[in-house]
Amino acid sequence: MSTMLEYSGVHAYYGAIHALRGVDLVVNEGEIVTLIGANGAGKSTLMMTLFGKPTASSGQIRFQGDDITRTQTHKISREGIALVPEGRRIFQRMTVMENLQMGATFADKANFDADLKRMFEMFPILEKRQQQRAGTLSGGEQQMLAIARALMGRPKLLLLDEPSLGLAPLYIKQVFKIIKELNTRDKMTILLVEQNAHHALKVAHRAYVLQHGEIVLTGTGEELLASAEVRAAYLEGSH
Amino acid sequence: MTTHAHNLPNVASRLKDATGIALVSLLLGVPMIGLKTVDAGGALAIATRWPWLLAFVATMFVGRLVLQFVLDHVKLNKAKRARTRPEIGATRPWLKWIGYGVVGFALVLPIAFSGNRYVVDTATTVLIYVMLGWGLNVVVGLAGLLDLGYVAFYAVGAYTYGLLSTHFGWGFWETLPVAGAAAATFGVILGWPTLRLRGDYLAIVTLGFGEIIRLILVNWTDFSGGPNGIGSIPRPTFFGLPFSPDSDAGPTFASFFHLEYSPEHRVMFLYYLILVLALLTNLFVSRMRKLPVGLAWEAVREDEVACKALGMNVTNVKLSAFAIGAMLGGFAGVFFAARQGFISPESFVFSESATILAIVVLGGMGSQLGVVIASVLLVLLPELGRDFSEYRMLMFGAAMILIMVWRPGGLIAHREPTYRLAKKGAQA
Repeated sequence: MSTMLEYSGVHAYYGAIHALRGVDLVVNEGEIVTLIGANGAGKSTLMMTLFGKPTASSGQIRFQGDDITRTQTHKISREGIALVPEGRRIFQRMTVMENLQMGATFADKANFDADLKRMFEMFPILEKRQQQRAGTLSGGEQQMLAIARALMGRPKLLLLDEPSLGLAPLYIKQVFKIIKELNTRDKMTILLVEQNAHHALKVAHRAYVLQHGEIVLTGTGEELLASAEVRAAYLEGSH
Repeated sequence: MTTHAHNLPNVASRLKDATGIALVSLLLGVPMIGLKTVDAGGALAIATRWPWLLAFVATMFVGRLVLQFVLDHVKLNKAKRARTRPEIGATRPWLKWIGYGVVGFALVLPIAFSGNRYVVDTATTVLIYVMLGWGLNVVVGLAGLLDLGYVAFYAVGAYTYGLLSTHFGWGFWETLPVAGAAAATFGVILGWPTLRLRGDYLAIVTLGFGEIIRLILVNWTDFSGGPNGIGSIPRPTFFGLPFSPDSDAGPTFASFFHLEYSPEHRVMFLYYLILVLALLTNLFVSRMRKLPVGLAWEAVREDEVACKALGMNVTNVKLSAFAIGAMLGGFAGVFFAARQGFISPESFVFSESATILAIVVLGGMGSQLGVVIASVLLVLLPELGRDFSEYRMLMFGAAMILIMVWRPGGLIAHREPTYRLAKKGAQA
């Protein structure tokens, strides 16, 4: 298993706030890696430094061996990294189909039809709604669309930022099922940032716990699920 | 707030509200209407006008009741519509047919009104605004960039033709692409440093840019003729045939086609010329919308962060929208200069930018047909108001407010999807 993504000693600032304090993190090919942490722990910052928003002030981020710490934002996704952003951020006034087309902007046009078919198999609801304005979809459907849009670019690494945020329990289940499926069937490498620690740890091969901008704990999904610290901080009271 | 949308407030509360308004108007009305100073033999005396005051208060009372009634019904209808709205995103083919109807009407208009120069002239003005509206629509409607200085590109186009034709004898057709390129270049020059800005900030910078261009034209007298402008700009020719009375200089349009010379030929030719330019603009913009770059414009309008995450270079996408919008404005400017035969900075003031923007917003951002309807409205309303010119701006403003109350998304808020997949599932 080769290394897909590697953070080594990454520091980042949001203005005066020291948001990441020397983060080391590795995602291997074919893995689901979960990053959990409380609000404001720096989870989203960690993910966004990958896109240079904000740029890491020191340390290095490598993708498939190449240093991408200071690569321009728009070039990074063309390298084969797709982000499903927090809050979905689909193109509200455009149709479902147009959203999917936008996802495929930098993909090989020859794959478009096949990829579209694959997405419709994975998310049948999107086929039904393909000519509907994306903003009229329910929250869960919008999340499906956001994932499908990201996948249309045929990424090597899929980043999911809080995909279960604000969704009904039924959809939360479905989202995690899809994550699992993408990984087992399509061998997709996934980095998952979640507050829903229980579900996220269950699907993860390995996981990291982020606290005040530092990785405080790491291990396999099961280890962290069983860990007393994690249970106390992130699982007690939740389901 | 009670839920006005679902049940109307009762009569008592309406009466109470109207009585309140009547009381306020009574208070204001006593000094303003009830009392009047009159000249009584050299001294000022005060006369009372109680019947007037009574009438005023009564009008306010009734007016308030009617206004409330109308507003309540507008809200109620809107709520009803929202509940029964059909599947959003579905196509509306009848809009297309209306579009064809409008084009058909535009084609026969000068023939139908061939004796009436005023009508054809006004229609030409409408078409200039339609073209400008379609150009600005790319920037504001599709890419979502608020441009308050669009008139600058119109000016660049007009002055490019004015200068090239008077100094170097360039013709209309040669200048057209050059002026378009010049305007697009200005668009890029302005856009490059400023498109990083968002919303309000971009609006201020573009507003400033519009003024800068105008001030340069006013003050750089050697270059632009200053406030005197540029006169005797050659009129466009019919593939080299001028629209002039017969002369020894060569064949004219009339002599070539063995027609009696009539100044109306030129008026009609200008009308058809701008019609063709406008239709080409429309075709061009509709094609662009379906291309990846057009979709990218709309995506940037919807969500910049998502676009960046998908690998789009947002600055370039915005720049392309800006440049293309500017280019179309430049084309319209060339036509304007050729039609008027005279240009001066007076024609490129901020209120022009505001009018064009109003056309785009009123018409419904991104809607091509909406722009046409709004242009007709915005050009014709002031024309129709000529007879009571004092109230012209009042009418104009009232009409704009009414449209925005009834149709906050613009006259045609519908957005036609660009891509349709009729087959069940994609073929692979």
